[in-house]
Amino acid sequence: MSKSTVSLRPEMPGNPPQEMEKTGAQILCEMLQREGVDTIFGYPGGVVLPIFDALYHSPIRFILSRHEQGATHMADGYARASGKVGVVLVTSGPGSTNIVTGLATAHADSIPLVAITGQVKTFLIGNDAFQEADTTGITRPITKHNYIVKDVKDLARIIREAFHIARTGRPGPVLIDLPVDVSTSKAILNNGMDEMDLPGYRIREVGHGRQIIRAAEAINAAERPVIYAGGGVVLSNASAELSALVQKANVPITTTLLGLGCFDQNDPKSLHMLGMHGTAYANYAIQQCDVLVAIGARFDDRITGDVKRFAPQAKIIHIDIDPTSISKSVKVDIPVVGDARLILSEMVQYIEPRGREKWFAQINEWKKKYPLTYKNDGEGIKPQYVIEEVCRQTKGNALVCTGVGQHQMWTTQFYRFGQPRHFISSGGLGTMGFGFPAAIGAQIACPGVTVVDIDGDSSFSMTLNELPTAVEQKLPVKVCVLNNGYMGMVRQWQELFYGRRYSKSYLQNPNFAKVAEAFGAVGLTATKKSEVPCIIEKMLQEKNCCVVDFHVEREENVWPMVAAGKGLHEMAGLPTETVERL
Amino acid sequence: MILMNKKHTISALVQNQPGVLAHVAGMFAARSFNIDSLVVGRTDDPGLSRMTIVAVGDDDIIEQVRKQLGKIVPVVKVYDWTRENLVQRDLMLIKISAPPEKRVEIQTIINMFQAKVVDISPKFVMVEIAGPEEKIEAFIDVCRPYGVKDVARTGMIAMPRYSRNQAESKSKENNKNE
Repeated sequence: MSKSTVSLRPEMPGNPPQEMEKTGAQILCEMLQREGVDTIFGYPGGVVLPIFDALYHSPIRFILSRHEQGATHMADGYARASGKVGVVLVTSGPGSTNIVTGLATAHADSIPLVAITGQVKTFLIGNDAFQEADTTGITRPITKHNYIVKDVKDLARIIREAFHIARTGRPGPVLIDLPVDVSTSKAILNNGMDEMDLPGYRIREVGHGRQIIRAAEAINAAERPVIYAGGGVVLSNASAELSALVQKANVPITTTLLGLGCFDQNDPKSLHMLGMHGTAYANYAIQQCDVLVAIGARFDDRITGDVKRFAPQAKIIHIDIDPTSISKSVKVDIPVVGDARLILSEMVQYIEPRGREKWFAQINEWKKKYPLTYKNDGEGIKPQYVIEEVCRQTKGNALVCTGVGQHQMWTTQFYRFGQPRHFISSGGLGTMGFGFPAAIGAQIACPGVTVVDIDGDSSFSMTLNELPTAVEQKLPVKVCVLNNGYMGMVRQWQELFYGRRYSKSYLQNPNFAKVAEAFGAVGLTATKKSEVPCIIEKMLQEKNCCVVDFHVEREENVWPMVAAGKGLHEMAGLPTETVERL
Repeated sequence: MILMNKKHTISALVQNQPGVLAHVAGMFAARSFNIDSLVVGRTDDPGLSRMTIVAVGDDDIIEQVRKQLGKIVPVVKVYDWTRENLVQRDLMLIKISAPPEKRVEIQTIINMFQAKVVDISPKFVMVEIAGPEEKIEAFIDVCRPYGVKDVARTGMIAMPRYSRNQAESKSKENNKNE
């Protein structure tokens, strides 16, 4: 077996090897630094005390959350904004069960995280000890991989493997469960890197040459092609390559929720988002296209509608690094497995420019006929108007986070994203309460950027306990609460499908401005449409964490909408009554 | 019809480490794939174990199973042996009611199946039998009239026979992540 270990130790006389015995906790801190970690999110507890003691002298910045779920979403937001691996450190038992939602959120959206959980002493495992939980058992289906460290000698290698697995291929969260006696026992930490032992982990990054040519030929031959790009384009940093392909091939492009910003939405070739609450022109284009190019997207049920009637005329090309995504829900004609950036940069050289005037004329007609609109004629505040105004005043350059629900969909519709990693939202798992802690993490990753959490009253209520974290860290995170006093999306479904019986979907909210103030943040309230521009200006100038409570119209709905089980072209709530016959 | 439910024999080489069986079993459960049998055993390499899985499904489902198995980090290699010419073996211990007056009769059956008596008591005989699943099933059927007290089976293990067309067999050796 050939050793590929690179020794970092200079082989010079008079420089003896500096191999010292270190505790597991010290090895952990040292290895985190070697992996380039400068920030950890988390919460202390009994069995992680040795690790926190080692952190006391470590240059790594520690962000103390107020709940472990918040810490995990922060690490997630940090990872999405920076492209780096987010790190979260919590204790055993309740500490580890509290990160479950955060791990599942990151897993569903393929976000690179390393979670370190404390565990009871090795000899107590399985004994129902105090604060014991079977963390690896609980988290196995919601992590890309997980470890329990039984011997301190394995720790350095496992940390290295964990980061490698988290950030390569289709990224995802990796968990390391660390019993307290492993943190305190000693081993020698090599100055070099321990060799990884991952014979079953192989990533195919370079796409198959013949498949790439086949895909390019199919695009060249297409009369009505559409590109459908997802979060994978963001994860592989392939925006420039994607843009080059779109412009050279002259193809319209729509993105998923997680793909927002991977292509400039202000470009005339952008069809904005597709799917359940996507634009009519994107959905019609999908249903009419003859070649569909899916890039880093996985044909989620919120995208396809009735999967049997999805893109019925299309030959489907699918570029994805995860082979299990290929032909999972939609049969693919030309699969290309590999990294989107590498594949696109190779594919573009086989692309021939084509006019496709007829196709673009059709698309422009749809765009004119079915724009995203809302009525903004009353005195009250329309939630869409708040988002449009935030977009206008930030010139579309803010880093926007959201919770989950109506406000999330309106953000995708009415904020225009021009660059990747500027829209952060829980797409796959749909985790309410994700927005605010994710915004904290994103602000830590990007200190100079305006970070706005566009949130719902119900979503924000789930994690507003992180306000003191934002205040303590002096983060100028802005929170726009679109407050309608309902779980808006639940209420919308109850209105449309459950005879307006608003069962348990309304809530009595606190005065969010006063809540913010009590936590040491700035709190503002807007109740009239005329106040909106002014209050957003004030919010954006604020140097501290600022919460604005917008009392919006209570029963506004998100349109258009493809109801569950309908074909993508069967949209309700379009601006004109005429519905396209496809 | 291509989309027919049939039995597939999948073999996976896995790293011999804690949690790998739970991971594989959990993946099958979480994705609602049905397993007929799953056998784990050591190999000549102490670092590797072999799982032999018999699963029922159409070709698309089995393709997903194969890919999802390959995605599990400690799974080193996955083979779908469905189209191979396989040697398949299941080992069974079976306890049959055998009062003295029936013993000769039962012994005849045991000989016909090339099985072996491994224990005998006043009322029962315990028999060891190995072979393909159909043979095991047939043996149970024949013994049933005498009274079957207990059955323990290992589940199916398999290995492809030597194939003249080595090149073709090589191409079917599905590397994971393909």
